[in-house]
Parts: sequence; C-alpha cells; structure tokens
Amino acid sequence: MHVKLFIPCFVDLFYPETGKAMYKILKRLGLDVEVIESPACCGQPAFNTGYWDDAKVAAGKLLMQMRGADAVVIGSGSCGAMVKVFYPELFMGTEFEPIAKEVSPVCFEFCSFLVDKLGVTDLGARFPHKVTYHDGCHSLREMHIKEAPRLLLARVRDLEFIEMKETVCCGFGGTFSAKFPMISTAMDEVKCELAIQTGAEFVVSSDSSCLMQIQGIADRKKLPLKTIHLAEILNMQ
Amino acid sequence: MKSNVKNFKAAALKSSSDLTRRRLILNALRNFEVTRNQKQALFQDWGAARELAAAKKWDAILNLDKNIELFTKKLESNGAKVHWAKDAESARSIILQIIQEKKAKLIVKSKSMTSEEIHLNDTLTRAGFDTLETDLGEFIVQLRGEGPFHIVFPAMHLTRGEIRELFQSKLGDAPSDDPEALTMVARRFLREKYIKADIGITGANFAVAETGMISITENEGNARLVSALPRTMITLVGIEKIIPRLDDLALFLPMLATAGAGQLISCYNTLYSGPRRPDEPDGPSEHHVILLDNGRTKVLADPVACDLLRCIRCGNCLNVCPVFRNIGGHSYGAAYCGPIGSVLMPIIAGIEQWYHLSYASSLCGACTEACPVKIDLHHHLLKNRRTAAKTIPVWWQKLAFKIFNLFACSPVLWRLMSKSGWFLQFFYVWSVKGTCLDPAYPWTKTRELPPIAKETFREWYKKHE
Repeated sequence: MHVKLFIPCFVDLFYPETGKAMYKILKRLGLDVEVIESPACCGQPAFNTGYWDDAKVAAGKLLMQMRGADAVVIGSGSCGAMVKVFYPELFMGTEFEPIAKEVSPVCFEFCSFLVDKLGVTDLGARFPHKVTYHDGCHSLREMHIKEAPRLLLARVRDLEFIEMKETVCCGFGGTFSAKFPMISTAMDEVKCELAIQTGAEFVVSSDSSCLMQIQGIADRKKLPLKTIHLAEILNMQ
Repeated sequence: MKSNVKNFKAAALKSSSDLTRRRLILNALRNFEVTRNQKQALFQDWGAARELAAAKKWDAILNLDKNIELFTKKLESNGAKVHWAKDAESARSIILQIIQEKKAKLIVKSKSMTSEEIHLNDTLTRAGFDTLETDLGEFIVQLRGEGPFHIVFPAMHLTRGEIRELFQSKLGDAPSDDPEALTMVARRFLREKYIKADIGITGANFAVAETGMISITENEGNARLVSALPRTMITLVGIEKIIPRLDDLALFLPMLATAGAGQLISCYNTLYSGPRRPDEPDGPSEHHVILLDNGRTKVLADPVACDLLRCIRCGNCLNVCPVFRNIGGHSYGAAYCGPIGSVLMPIIAGIEQWYHLSYASSLCGACTEACPVKIDLHHHLLKNRRTAAKTIPVWWQKLAFKIFNLFACSPVLWRLMSKSGWFLQFFYVWSVKGTCLDPAYPWTKTRELPPIAKETFREWYKKHE
C-alpha cells in the first residue's frame, strides 16, 4: 500500500520524535511510505481565522501533494480534520473541489489509520506506566474517532489506562489560545485537574497541539503531569 | 466596536481569575449534566428525537410566512390583538403605548429572555413604571441590578448565602440560607404584587399556529399568575417560536425540559389563547401578542444562517461550553451568551460590534453535540469568522498569514526558519521571554512553550529516506 504521510508544521518543529515514531511504525508495517515534504502546513490557522484565500495557498499545494496515494496519513487529529472535513468546503466551487473530494475519503488521522484502515491494534509496544487519554476535539467531533486510540492503548503491554471523568477541550484552539489567553488557560487548568485526578503519570493524545497546551500549564505550574503522543508509545518496544 | 472587545476581554480575565466562582459554576453544570443524561436516557432514542425535532423546526421555519399568518388569524379570532414589531425599538414602543393607555403603575413579568433581548426593563423603568420580574432567578438578578447570567438559570452564579444577604438588604427578610425559606421570602413579596399589578408581560416557549396558542413551560408557576391576574396580558414572541401543530409540543416540551433543565417535563405547562371569554370567570380582559422580528427575517433570508432559527433557547449549549463554564454569562455583555450568543449576536446585532465572540472559542464542538435541534453551532462560529475577515479584515493578520504561507510552502525557507528559530530561542529565553517585548507573551504569560527541535522531522527524514 502506497501511503503518503503528512507531518504538520508544529509537529515538525516541536515534536519531531512524534513524526519519527509514526514514520517508523508505518515502515515496520511494511507500507510504502512517502513523506510530504512541502508544504509544511495545512492552512488551518488562516482558515480558522476566517482568511480562506490565505488558507487556500498552503491547502491547495498540500492537496496536490496528497493525490495518487492509497491512503494519506496525517500526524495530527486537528490537521486531519482540516483535510478530511474542511478542504471540501474550503475548495467548494473551485477547480480543487473534485481533488478535495477525492482525497477526503482516503485521508486518515494516524491512529484511525492503524485501526480503521489497517485493522491493526497490537504493535507489540510496551509502556509500563499509568496513562490517561485526551481526545482532541477535532479527532473526536469532526472525525468521530473515539475507539481507535483506546483499542491501541489496550494492547500496549504493562500499560495501565484510566479514563478522565469528563470529555472536555484542553483550550488550545489554535490562534484562540493567543487571542483569548485567559479563557484558554482557564480551560487548560480544568483539563489538567481532570488528568491529575486520574492519578496518571502521562496524558496521551493523538494531537500534539493539545499536548503542547497541557504540558504548557503543567510545566509552568509544576504539576505532576507528563504528556506523550500515542504514536511514541506505540513505537516503544 | 473596540470597546466591546476590550470589555469582553477584561470581563473574561476577571471571571476566569475568580476561582471560587468558577468552581461554583463548574460544579453546578456538572451536576446538571448528570441529571440531564438520566432524563435523556428515558427517551426511547434521544438521537432520533433530535433528528425529528430538527426536522420539525426546519419545516416550521421554511413555512414561517404561512405559520405567522395562521397564528395571527387564529389568535385574533380568539380575541387577542396581534402586533408586529420589526425591531427592538418598535417592540418597546408598542409595549410602552399599551401600558401608557392603561395608565398602569405596576407591571409583573415572567419568561423574560426575549424582553431581555429588547432591553425592555430599562425602557419601562425609565418611563417611570414599577417593573418586577417574578421568576425567582430573574427576580434575584433584578434585585442585584444585573442581567441574567444564563438563559435558563439566571442566578446560577450566586450562592445561597449571597441570596440571603441580598434579600436581607433589599427585602428586609431572610431567615436562613435554606432554599425553601428563601423562596418563601420571594413568594410572600411577589404574591402581593401579582394582585396589585395592572399589566403582566411574558415571553413564550412555543407558539402554536393551528390553534393560535402561546405555550409556556415553567417550574414556578409565575407565568400563570402573571397571565391570569392582571387585567392586561402582553406576550412577547420571537417569530422563530412559531410551530405549526399542537401535536408538535408532544416532542418539544419534554425535549426542552430535558435539554434545558434536566427534567423530563416542567411542572406547569400552559397554553394561552386570547383574553377572558364572556363565559369564563377570570383571566385578563385584554391580550396583546407582539410578534418580534428584530433581525430574525434577516437570518431567515441568509441561507448560511437560517438554521439558527431552529433554536428553542434551552441553554444546553451554554451548559456544556467550556468557555461559558470558565467566564460565565455576564462576560459576554450580550443579550444572548454562550455558544448560541456567540453565533447569533454578530449576525443579528452587527458583525463589527460582536465579531470577537465568534473568535472566543476553541471550536471544540461540545455545543453542537449537545444541541437538541442539531444546530451546527461551532461551524457557524467559523462562518462568522469568515464574514468578519471579509467585512473587517485585520491587515496585520492577513500579512502574517501571507508571510507564514511563504515559509510553509518553501522547503528552503521552512528550513531557514526552523534553524534560525532553534538558534534564536536561546537568546529569547534569556532576554525577552515573559516581558512586554515577548512576541509570544499571550502564551508565555501563563504557559511554557516547547523548545524548537535541533533537528526537525523533515531534516531527519531527509537523512533517513
């Protein structure tokens, strides 16, 4: 299977280990993996701010790169939703519309690709820690990914999994976190509290941006919380 | 326009810094969620009920012209007088005129959300009328000189102790913190007023076209007294409240009670249609119904926004919204707060004044998931943002996106940016970080930033390809 892997801008810059883990896992599964090198961004920041024309610049380029693969794997739930759910809307009525509609069904967030497309849940990983899982809102509510990450975590050896008692946003929201930092921070505090209540060492997610937000508060407030992307756990033997 | 944004940010900062109040609201709404879920589970299929409710409301809106005509005809044949108010100003002046004609002194009110929208109390008070809210929550916030904190729970931000102190200072009577005792204080005060009042003003939960009836659903029974005791009854109805059939209430009343209050059905469900008839022993001698447009036909004409008219004002989107939970209803400074307010206000009250509310969201979508009539609330926020970017573009944001695009679309520039970013961050940490010169200050004021990696993923891949 020919798979194109897109590692979004902030994962590239801040969390290269996450990208590497994804690449290695896909290779290990015997897939023909091609990394999309450019553009580095899916255009979501401009799109979410309302500047659709500016969003189309990077989005159009990325869309062209995504063509012709059996599957496109996106290394972030949020960017995945952008391509899968919002590209068809963004490009509606343009020459890119048919391409967006062609790419959307073969486009997957990383965890969902493993479980829903490949049917793989056990990657032989071992992670002897107590963890909880944070659903990124775009994964959960735009792409309806709820089971996949939990199935993957359930197969990790020596891992103890505890659900948080509430499913709630971490407060990141892209430019929202900088435009309304007081609201974003308050939301983050609620999230961290829920995570701490589980007694977990690690908050796991399939969205690095949420983890950046959670770790941001945890580090500042010296909370007993560490964050890690699910792909990195799955890559630990 | 600028001051609205400033006020909102200042209020959001103040509210989010008040940890005690935040905890109070969070706990209340978490408890609400538990009871709501229990009631939802009693529906045979909550999902199907939502589908049906959405479809029924959609149908009602698409035939709004016919429904309004039928509703008006039926009501008039029942002896009510129907008025059309194209905006808040005209609604206020119609109501004021009725009140002045009646030479009224005391006005009692119930179900006041729509009258909050047109700022009716200010007008009536300024005109010298004694205007009294009778629904307990509204009564409390009115005593405090505030607007409602929440569409359905107007005084949810207050503790029993605060309410006791308020009653003590304003009514001179508050024996204890006990909710029942406090309610009795309000009741004693209000009962007397109902009897003395000349005019009763209520809103409506639904308006049934085929029978010309106003449907009100409530737990305290105040709307019944407000409608029945004064000689003149005024009902202020947003036109989106009109539904075609009486039968539709069989779905909407339990749905509204469940989503709005975590109850399977409210305690009192009443239908009003016109004034007292000759053979009836009591009731008002005049019934005026004011059909309020105030931007609703503008929404109806907008193919992107018109599904917003499905809203039944249950407040469930507020209950689940993490933004609302942390900043509370007063921060919005708007008639409607929470997700529905953030979507509606820019559309009905002006994008220039209210665009910021559509940006004050992480777009998490909890509201859309909770909406009983399936309004795609968080995507409406995105649409409003697009409208804002088109009508009032911010030049520096546009420029920033253009520059970012240059870097994101060129492998060479991207590499240059990541390398210089990696290099400069060491100086950044020592020098400007956390100061007013820090470009990332909105983030770094409360949070740490992750370091830029020495080797980006793309650089690593180049080596390992």
